[in-house]
Amino acid sequence: MTAAPQARDGAGVLALNGVSRRFGEFAAVDDVSVEVGPGELLALVGASGSGKTTTLRIAAGYEQPDAGTVTLGGVDITRVPPERRGFGMVFQHYALFPHMPVEGNVAFGLEARGVSKAERLEKALTALTSVGLGGAGDRAIQSLSGGEQQRVALARALVIEPRALLLDEPLSNLDPTLRQAMRDDLRAMLRRVGVPALFVTHDQEDAFAIADRIALLKKGRLLQVGTPEELYEAPESREVAAFIGRGTMVPAIDRGTTASVTIGGRMHELKVNRPKGMSLPYGKAFVVLRPEALELVGQGGNSAWTGRVVNRRFAGGVIVYRVELAGGVTVDVESASGNAHEDDNVAVSPTKGPFPIVPE
Amino acid sequence: MKSSFRRQSWLIAFPVILLLLWTVVYPNVAVIAGSFENGFGHWREFAASPADHEALWTSLVISVASVFASLAIGVPLAFLLGRFDFPGRRLLRAVATLPAALPPLVGVIAFLFLYGESGLVTRIVQRVLGMQEAPWRLKGIGAIVFVHAYTMYVYVFLFVSAGLERFDATLDEAASGLGASTWQRLRRVTLPLLMPAVAGSALLVFMNALGSFSAPYVFGGGLRVLSTQILASKTNGALGLAYVETTVLALSAVAGLLLFRWLDRKRKYTLASKGGRKRREIRSRRVQILTSIAAAMIVIALVLPHLMVVLVSFARDGAWTTQVLPPEYTFENYRRLFSESELWRPITNSVSMALVATAANLVVCFLAAYLIVFRRFAGRGLLELLVALPWAIPATAIALGLAATFNTNDLFTGRILLVGTFWILPLAYFIRDIPLVASAVEGSLRQMDASLEDAARGLGASWLLTMRRVILPAARPGLVAGGLLAAVTAVGEFVASVVLYTHSNRPISMEILAQLRALAFGTAAAYSVLLIFLVLLMTLAARSFEERLA
Repeated sequence: MTAAPQARDGAGVLALNGVSRRFGEFAAVDDVSVEVGPGELLALVGASGSGKTTTLRIAAGYEQPDAGTVTLGGVDITRVPPERRGFGMVFQHYALFPHMPVEGNVAFGLEARGVSKAERLEKALTALTSVGLGGAGDRAIQSLSGGEQQRVALARALVIEPRALLLDEPLSNLDPTLRQAMRDDLRAMLRRVGVPALFVTHDQEDAFAIADRIALLKKGRLLQVGTPEELYEAPESREVAAFIGRGTMVPAIDRGTTASVTIGGRMHELKVNRPKGMSLPYGKAFVVLRPEALELVGQGGNSAWTGRVVNRRFAGGVIVYRVELAGGVTVDVESASGNAHEDDNVAVSPTKGPFPIVPE
Repeated sequence: MKSSFRRQSWLIAFPVILLLLWTVVYPNVAVIAGSFENGFGHWREFAASPADHEALWTSLVISVASVFASLAIGVPLAFLLGRFDFPGRRLLRAVATLPAALPPLVGVIAFLFLYGESGLVTRIVQRVLGMQEAPWRLKGIGAIVFVHAYTMYVYVFLFVSAGLERFDATLDEAASGLGASTWQRLRRVTLPLLMPAVAGSALLVFMNALGSFSAPYVFGGGLRVLSTQILASKTNGALGLAYVETTVLALSAVAGLLLFRWLDRKRKYTLASKGGRKRREIRSRRVQILTSIAAAMIVIALVLPHLMVVLVSFARDGAWTTQVLPPEYTFENYRRLFSESELWRPITNSVSMALVATAANLVVCFLAAYLIVFRRFAGRGLLELLVALPWAIPATAIALGLAATFNTNDLFTGRILLVGTFWILPLAYFIRDIPLVASAVEGSLRQMDASLEDAARGLGASWLLTMRRVILPAARPGLVAGGLLAAVTAVGEFVASVVLYTHSNRPISMEILAQLRALAFGTAAAYSVLLIFLVLLMTLAARSFEERLA
């Protein structure tokens, strides 16, 4: 592995400033603003149709925004075509040229820049070596596995010394075991390049594992930007809370630092967590009960919520119980003990706060 | 279970293979054997004949020139229609494949009416320039390549259009993201990836041009090409020489086939279909206007032959001499076609012979395709080869082979007398269309999940029930499309017919030629219109049949 510069000279912040893109009546991207600093990894996360890929294509220059600008290091590049942006892009299906061998693919960007053949083959070899495919230069694209294709696509994007890296669902075509391993590799490789890296994924696990910050999109609108922890522990809205992590949202009365939640006639005063700078208290609010924040307590617990186990599932080291509480609320509870069984009557206690709270 | 399957495969395969060996291979073997009937005598004769040298050379020159002319029209047109949006695009797209709807001989006579010495366009140019004589003569290699380019560019256009449609747009985007300019992308990514389509269509044009008969026959003048030379030798009774010429023609075709395979040898990839890229709207007002004007002119050039044939079909025979347009119009030509039995005869001949040939194609090709797609047995490779073989043999060679084989009753050598009977032409049509129908049915069957057959039998269905309820429905789109193509080519067939026809079984194409020779342009055009009408009718029938079933 060769050492790449940690923060490339002249690398600037990649910013989307209020970009919008409509297709006919359909607003694919609606007033989205995000910034990615040099060496930072930002994930655009959302369900399909959320506008994340269109946002990425606007950043790459394949789509022109109807409104808003794209800047790099403060310079407006909105109207600069993709071939002059100098960005490295990794496509979802890799888009490797099937008629060129591996090294031809990797060297193509240098060929387009008029680099001499000897030099571009040397640089291609260096780039391939850095993704662990040093000996694969003369192989045909068709002979590569999915993981190898992904590495070639990455090497092809890196060899042009990109000013920013853009990746469209970089892990979605890999099988689950490979995917786990590639997360760490990808993060390490992107980190080394030292330029803004923007990647799209529909998989929050991928986003959690790779990204420094996550931008969550829904129906073309930006819901929240923040670190994975911020989105998980302090979502700004019900939509964010519903998308990130598991949990059940229950109505609550917001009292500032705490909120009272009543289920089946039994009220609990819970310590709550809210995003910085949000006004308090919310009028009507919901508290998110995450499985790991709840606990099964013996039937004797006097203030606990009572219910019945409807499903019991082993999740590697812990058991997840689905409990139907009195009052019609269903929650998942993570427990280290496997003593309870389906149809058992149990009591659930919210012990491990603080709990995320969101406005209605 | 497995062994009964294998036995059963052979039970169907044996008669199919035998029939193909008898009708496809045997006649060609007879031709080759005939060329050696007196040792190398006929071959020496061929080698010493300047006329034959000229014919071979001219055939090759015409074929190569036709390839380049078709590429020069087909590739830019495919790009224009596939990549750009402009006013008039839909109209141009609709008529771009129109030349393919003209039966070969009809295209040729349409060109004669338009660009011949007394043709419409020729006369207009002559008048405008105030010239004493026609500005050009529609004769020789140039004229033949001109007609070929018009009728054969459609292959290139269709192949390249399909290639562009399947073209993975992200490859283009990836290249531009890596800094490649428009020109670099075209040269290094788009064109290399379209090469398979270009090469495939070029081969198709080459084979068609090599076997082409009608254009050289009508426009050749004194020019000799192999296909016309074969007929001349046969007519003159020099059968041995005709066999040599036929062998040389077939060998040229096979050589061309191998050459293209070799040129395309390195390709290991196929274009994945991930949705083509969006067509780009031409923004500049001036370019838009220029494009639309060019499109309009192309549309006119493409439609003009059809219109001209229709116009001339109403012209009174013998009245059109030196005028720009025929001076007198009448329904007489059509009235005579439908009322005089001698004139009506070729029409019933063509239709019945085409139907017989198509029916045979459907049965034989369905069985062959079924065996090729679903069964593993020792003769499968042979069957695949037999089914593809007629494609590599020019129609003149097929026809001459039939003439050499089915000219006597001799059961011992597997010969029966078909020459001079009704059956010889349907047999020729059948052989010519085997590759077409078989590949259409194969295409349909390959889309079917192979385990469906096993599933049906696992549910207790007999082989026949499985055939009827599972395999046939899956093959149906291919059968309809292949059957339509077979019927359309058979009803207008000219190249094999000209070698094998007799007066009583003469098809429409031969009658058109006879009327043309008698300078009865109106009648010849009326037949042509009728032929186009028949093609249209069959297309509509096939479509409504398919819609009713689907």
